[in-house]
Amino acid sequence: MTTGVPPLVDRLFREESGRLTALLTRLLGPAQLALVEDVVQEAFIAALGHWPRQGVPDAPAAWLLQVARRKALDALRREQAFAARLPAIAAEFDEAERLESAGTAADAADASPFDDDRLRMILLCCHPAVSADSRVALTLKVVSGFGTGEIARAFLADERAVAQRLVRAKRSLREADARFEMPEGGALAARLDAVLEVLYLMFNEGHLAHAGEALLRRELADEARRLVERLARHAATATPAVHALAALLAFHAARFDARLDDAGRALRLAEQDRARWDASLIARGFAHLERAAAGDRLTPYHVEAELASLHAAAPSWEATDWGRIVAAYDRLLALAPSPVAALNRVVAVREASGAEAAWRALAPLLREPALDRYPMRHAVQAALLADRGRPDEARAAWRRARDLTASGALQAQVDQRLEELAPLAPPPDVDSGTARPS
Amino acid sequence: MPKYLLLLHDDMDAIARISPDEMQRVIADYAAWSERLAAQGRIHGGEKLRDEGGRHLTAAQGKTVVRDGPFAEAKEVIGGYFVIEARDYDEAVALCDGHPHLALGGRIELREIEPLG
Repeated sequence: MTTGVPPLVDRLFREESGRLTALLTRLLGPAQLALVEDVVQEAFIAALGHWPRQGVPDAPAAWLLQVARRKALDALRREQAFAARLPAIAAEFDEAERLESAGTAADAADASPFDDDRLRMILLCCHPAVSADSRVALTLKVVSGFGTGEIARAFLADERAVAQRLVRAKRSLREADARFEMPEGGALAARLDAVLEVLYLMFNEGHLAHAGEALLRRELADEARRLVERLARHAATATPAVHALAALLAFHAARFDARLDDAGRALRLAEQDRARWDASLIARGFAHLERAAAGDRLTPYHVEAELASLHAAAPSWEATDWGRIVAAYDRLLALAPSPVAALNRVVAVREASGAEAAWRALAPLLREPALDRYPMRHAVQAALLADRGRPDEARAAWRRARDLTASGALQAQVDQRLEELAPLAPPPDVDSGTARPS
Repeated sequence: MPKYLLLLHDDMDAIARISPDEMQRVIADYAAWSERLAAQGRIHGGEKLRDEGGRHLTAAQGKTVVRDGPFAEAKEVIGGYFVIEARDYDEAVALCDGHPHLALGGRIELREIEPLG
């Protein structure tokens, strides 16, 4: 028995789950994803059986790989279809083990076969055959090494429902005869669009105030950022749009630690202590933003990243370049019209040009049915009514905002840009409630 | 000091569902438990049993009857054992308190080994 347990590096098993799953999927094919997952799980179960007795091995990843190899080859021996391919697959395992012992780190910046496999896995999860509402869960499971239960808890979903969704997604891949090879040209561009959407969604889910456990949500957001960084490091996928999303996520992640006050109450952008913003993440955001400027395709991610960068660069809410923010919202609305973005623009207009201009900008939104039950619309309206010296109406709007928040309507439409709205102080006799969107 | 056998009964369903992160935490706790008891000189062996049904032997009409173990249908399987040293059952129980095997949904059967002579 060894003395002194070498600590298991944080997230090691999640990382190894992703790495092994990707390697095995390359060797056995996407149609065998269910088998792949069983083998990986069995490797972990073997570790559970042996490590407490023999001690944690010095090279845990290598140990897991060896066990996965044995179990995979055992499983394949029982399948006629794989008989002819066994020697080739065994050779691939040899190569993988050689690389492993040569010390190729899973997170090495440059392309290694392990990296390539992981990248293809990310792309595979967004294969057109996989239904859009299953892609986030599938990515979290087979790329990021989250468990079904963890995914369910993060999304406040039923675990069995998540499990079934994953089964269907894997079946879709099998039925579509999905290939592991990287798509090329137009197909790659389309697949990347789908991936960016999934990562944006994943980050947002991690960002939301209401859903699931706080720690898990933070891990989701971190994982989304990790994956987009992986895409940005790989020549084949480091497109300007990928850099734009990487910039956006870095800017938002930079503010994570400043989002809560000591009482655990969510703070809006205007209230946050900017000294607590992570300077290195902001620097990373600007580095990605620069690379995002190459190329000629402007995506909403570009504009959202620009918006986030304008906040990141400002020493305070008051000193923010609101004119440029309004202009950026104009561009965003031209690219991707959305009532919520239009509402955010109203707040920016209020800062840039005052209450009257903001009121004119708000007017059409008062007729927008999508915003009827959106608390922030009523909160913005309340603030502008107060600006214009109409306190009774302001109070009524505030109550509406509060009631909608309490009723959970907020949960249906939260957008992470909400935190960019100013703290709109309610009139003294109205309790604005403690529920906050950020 | 008396010795105690820890028979570790696995909940196969729970183990199949455990996430990589949970697995890592359980292994770390488990290894720490083993380390602690080993450092105290209290562990006298322990093995993991192979994940399969094994063989069941009985006798019928003077002949040995061999059947494959019921691995597939069993929800619970003995996954392994430890032999530890403790003053008495109370202390043995205390040493198993919060054992990570329990966190996995398994159960521990604790039996005192009767010394010879």
